[in-house]
Amino acid sequence: MKALRVINPGALTLVQDRGRSGATAFGVGRSGAMDRAAMALANRLVGNPKDAAGLEILLGGVEFEALGDLWIAVTGSWGLLKVDDLPAEPNTAIRLNAGSRLKLPVTEHGLRFYLAIRGGVDLPPILGSRSRDTLAMIGPDPLRAGDELPIGISSIDPIPVVDLVPVNIPDAGTRQIEVRPGPRRGWFGPENWSKFFEAEWVVSQRSDRRGIRIDGPILGRVKDEELLSEGMLPGAIQVSPDGVPTILGVDHPVTGGYPVIAVVTDPSLDALAQVRPGQVIKFRLATGR
Amino acid sequence: MKIMPYGDRAVLAEFEDLESTIAAYASMEDSKPSGVLGLVPAARTVLVSVDPERIGLRALVDWINSLEVGTAAYADSKEVTIPIRYDGADLEEVAKILDRSTDSLIDWHLKTDWVCAFIGFAPGFAYLAGGGLSVPRLETSRPEVPRGSVALAGEFCGIYPRNSPGGWRIIGTTEAELWDGELESPALITPRTRVKFEAVSR
Repeated sequence: MKALRVINPGALTLVQDRGRSGATAFGVGRSGAMDRAAMALANRLVGNPKDAAGLEILLGGVEFEALGDLWIAVTGSWGLLKVDDLPAEPNTAIRLNAGSRLKLPVTEHGLRFYLAIRGGVDLPPILGSRSRDTLAMIGPDPLRAGDELPIGISSIDPIPVVDLVPVNIPDAGTRQIEVRPGPRRGWFGPENWSKFFEAEWVVSQRSDRRGIRIDGPILGRVKDEELLSEGMLPGAIQVSPDGVPTILGVDHPVTGGYPVIAVVTDPSLDALAQVRPGQVIKFRLATGR
Repeated sequence: MKIMPYGDRAVLAEFEDLESTIAAYASMEDSKPSGVLGLVPAARTVLVSVDPERIGLRALVDWINSLEVGTAAYADSKEVTIPIRYDGADLEEVAKILDRSTDSLIDWHLKTDWVCAFIGFAPGFAYLAGGGLSVPRLETSRPEVPRGSVALAGEFCGIYPRNSPGGWRIIGTTEAELWDGELESPALITPRTRVKFEAVSR
């Protein structure tokens, strides 16, 4: 069987796919790739089905060895790839001969690389997905040096003929994030609702797949009650009693006890996966359906 | 019932009390159209999320408004018996709060037909309803509550599936395995499961 050997797993490399649906009854959220568009593109470039599992590589600085001939594609974050110490292109299918080594540098732009391997990472699914949920602690363990990931035979399409997909380098400047109103918007009143959109929010160091904390003005409440826990989704923006918002990530708790002021749209949630701590974001209201 | 917006792919339905929430969740679960991906019941709300390519939010709201609530039987046929030792650090304090002896508190806990209303807080953490008594949370949460602790808060009884911080009042301990991430169905108790406690001696 073909496999990918981990030489250096970097800071945090996780097996991810499109995530779980319908596991909320067990108290388990969606999980899956944080930048779903980047993962989908990587899978498409190597002819994989949409639900194939690949790798989410935080910050880069990783090295792998092909055990068997493999086709791979790297998307998401930006940096100079190397195959056997020769430069290689991101966002296109790359052939790795058996014994070849793939190196991803520490990322220059963005935060997370996605690596798809033709055939997909073939580890046993849990609740219908091979994703590692860092909150529920289910799915394959974070990768360690020496791990050999079995590669499946689930690819259905030939490698598409594309030279290079035009992809924007993740932006280092202020990012516009689209939201729609949340269920408890009324708890904050019009003044805080305006403040929410006017402010420049700085992404905190205390951010991960579970949630992205943002620093800015305090969002006070006009309604001073305790909220009974209610359902949460990726992208929900919870405001804790001290007035600090947290954007829930894909490994969010299924229920939470803080009011949700707004909810990030799916495309903007993908963009947030590439926003670095210290970077500035601004919210705007999504229009249309 | 009140329906509130929740982004692109969900709405939050809010109800008067736990009973009507549970009843609505049961009828949703029993009649959900394809395209409804997830239901997250909680104490007063059900979060309903959809695949927007298969069902629009307007159709979703119409469906929720058309539900005949109260007809579906809530508790399902699955019953789980949880062995318990009543050795919790807060047992006596809880008895005092409820103005009972510890024996009568234990008797109430054993005789209650508990049913899982929803899962929240942590994977496999079941909120069991049906006791009819209410206990406030601890003023200050404990940084670590051991796995298997059986505890009370608000109108619910819960069991910690793993070591975690927590503010519920601990009345006992169980050896039951509530969560096994290796299993295809990892949670022992899921919404609508009936639960009975059985006292074991140390």
